[in-house]
Amino acid sequence: MPAAAARVVLVTGVSRFLGARVANTLQADPGIERVIGVDTVPPGASTGVPLGRTEFVRVDIRTPGIANLIASAGVDTVVHLHLVTSSSVPRAKVKELNVIGTMQLLAACQRSPDMRKLVVRSSAAVYGSSPMDPAVFTERDEPIEGPKSGYAKDAVEVEEYVRGLMRRRSDLTVSVLRFANVLGPGVDSPFTRYLRLPVVPTVLGFDPRLQFVHEDDGVEVLRRMTVEDHPGCFNVAGDGVLLLSQALRRAGRPYVPVPAPSLSMLGDMGRRFAGLSGFSPELLRWLTYGRVIDTAALADELSWHPKYSSEAAFADFAAAHGFGRPLTSLLGRL
Amino acid sequence: MNAHHHDDHAADDQDAQVIPLGTARRDDSADERSPLERGIASGLAFLRRRLSGDYDVDEFGFDPEFNSTLLLPLARALYEHWFRVELAGVENVPDGGALVVANHSGVIPLDALMLSVALHDHADRQLRLLGADLVYQIPVLGHLSRKAGHTLACQADAARLLAKGELVGVFPEGFKGVGKPFAERYKLQRFGRGGFVGTALRAGVPIVPCAIVGAEEIYPKIADVRPLARLLGLPYFPVTPTFPLLGPAGLVPLPSKWMIRFGEPMTLDEYDADTADDPMTVFDITDHVRENVQQMLYETLLRRGPAFL
Repeated sequence: MPAAAARVVLVTGVSRFLGARVANTLQADPGIERVIGVDTVPPGASTGVPLGRTEFVRVDIRTPGIANLIASAGVDTVVHLHLVTSSSVPRAKVKELNVIGTMQLLAACQRSPDMRKLVVRSSAAVYGSSPMDPAVFTERDEPIEGPKSGYAKDAVEVEEYVRGLMRRRSDLTVSVLRFANVLGPGVDSPFTRYLRLPVVPTVLGFDPRLQFVHEDDGVEVLRRMTVEDHPGCFNVAGDGVLLLSQALRRAGRPYVPVPAPSLSMLGDMGRRFAGLSGFSPELLRWLTYGRVIDTAALADELSWHPKYSSEAAFADFAAAHGFGRPLTSLLGRL
Repeated sequence: MNAHHHDDHAADDQDAQVIPLGTARRDDSADERSPLERGIASGLAFLRRRLSGDYDVDEFGFDPEFNSTLLLPLARALYEHWFRVELAGVENVPDGGALVVANHSGVIPLDALMLSVALHDHADRQLRLLGADLVYQIPVLGHLSRKAGHTLACQADAARLLAKGELVGVFPEGFKGVGKPFAERYKLQRFGRGGFVGTALRAGVPIVPCAIVGAEEIYPKIADVRPLARLLGLPYFPVTPTFPLLGPAGLVPLPSKWMIRFGEPMTLDEYDADTADDPMTVFDITDHVRENVQQMLYETLLRRGPAFL
């Protein structure tokens, strides 16, 4: 039996952008018999991605309903894309979705005899951001100071549960993907909302190194992990690094450096009075110290390079959002 | 570092002082414009690239253009006119990856800046220093240090840089060296825990010993206000004859005469990479490097003569 052939694929988080795009890509693959998408809310028009022959099942992965679905449909491959990073949803609910949802899902996977493969979307946020860590993280590096709050901590816990499952079901092919920030024309994330502020506040005295992965590359990595066998933990990011100041200048966004404490206060006020999402502590740390991950292992394993570098991913995102370069055009006329 | 406070200033003045931006040295027979016009044009081009973010940084945050156009010229002024640095043995710096091991002194690590200028101007190499984590916690200093190509002192970063064939610099004495009292000048402190030797062994690169004479006299530290240091989270709070007595004016370094000397590269070829896991050998090599630097330090000190002439 060719181990790689995925017949029945279950995609979680299918009503959100990345999940919808992955489901859309997988359903176009004739080698896959069925693609089942699950989420707590029905897929709306908001993602703008057609799901094709994907069968949508509205089930909360925090309930045992997910186990019934996996057993009855004979799911052999689970693509878990349910990690919620948004800070606009109340924190307690996010944690519930991320951690408890994953626990239920993994329990169901462990029980099912048909299961062969698990692909988990994690986040490079598991490395945290601090001034005391190496400049570049490889998959083997443990951060000096792990993340203590927010979705970053959820991602750490999710990875722990996945490792637990790997110990108990050593026959499964498990791929864990630590994604850098996903950017692209269709992405809506705390970071893209941050960039769209009328005047972007930055942390005074710090200029973090950032990395991005283009949505197309992200989807391609997830597709390959699903249809081919690549067990292990991999960092996913576009090549190269962009400084925050550099990114803001390239997008022509006006920005003003403010001291870190007032930045989090501004975020709180924005959340309370202006309906903005605020700055989560882990976003703030990232905007202060930045983070760079080493993607050599992924390139080696897939013999493939992301089409978009961090720079190109950002440029594509900026162009799609109509960010101009007022300063450049002004200077160009000189 | 006080030199850095002038950065914004320098950026504002771009239009006025654009000529040293590397254009003056170019062959000007082909271009009919006057040097001033070309200077202004290249200055504006530089300004446009900076304002539109049109430049590259590496994974460590090193920004070569920013470094060579803004940071180094400021340091170079100190190097050439204030400290009048004399360089010796620069031919000992090999091509490719190597680890430069130098003594550290002067309360404020201006020796690191001067070493960067020396290697940039006279060996055409970009020195990548390994700094204390305190540097990266301090606003402005941390990101300027990264933009200048330096990074945190840790095994992983050092190995990554050496694997890319970079010239990496370390000050194994760390804060013990840079913050030692004036009375102990030119006496090397303990060389950390020998981590740098392990790094060189694993990367298979030579160690280039380096002696820096002159930095000891720039801020003669005669006392240390420990409670204040603890309050500010600093490793020491120095008292010099001029600081804090003269306020900010006390921050002007004394114009000592400097000499920087590179010794012959110490190849570690007779050891293999596994030796890095043999603490006894690592200690031996560490002591050997330390004696070498101390010896070079005494010789160079004798050759320099008086401290301020």
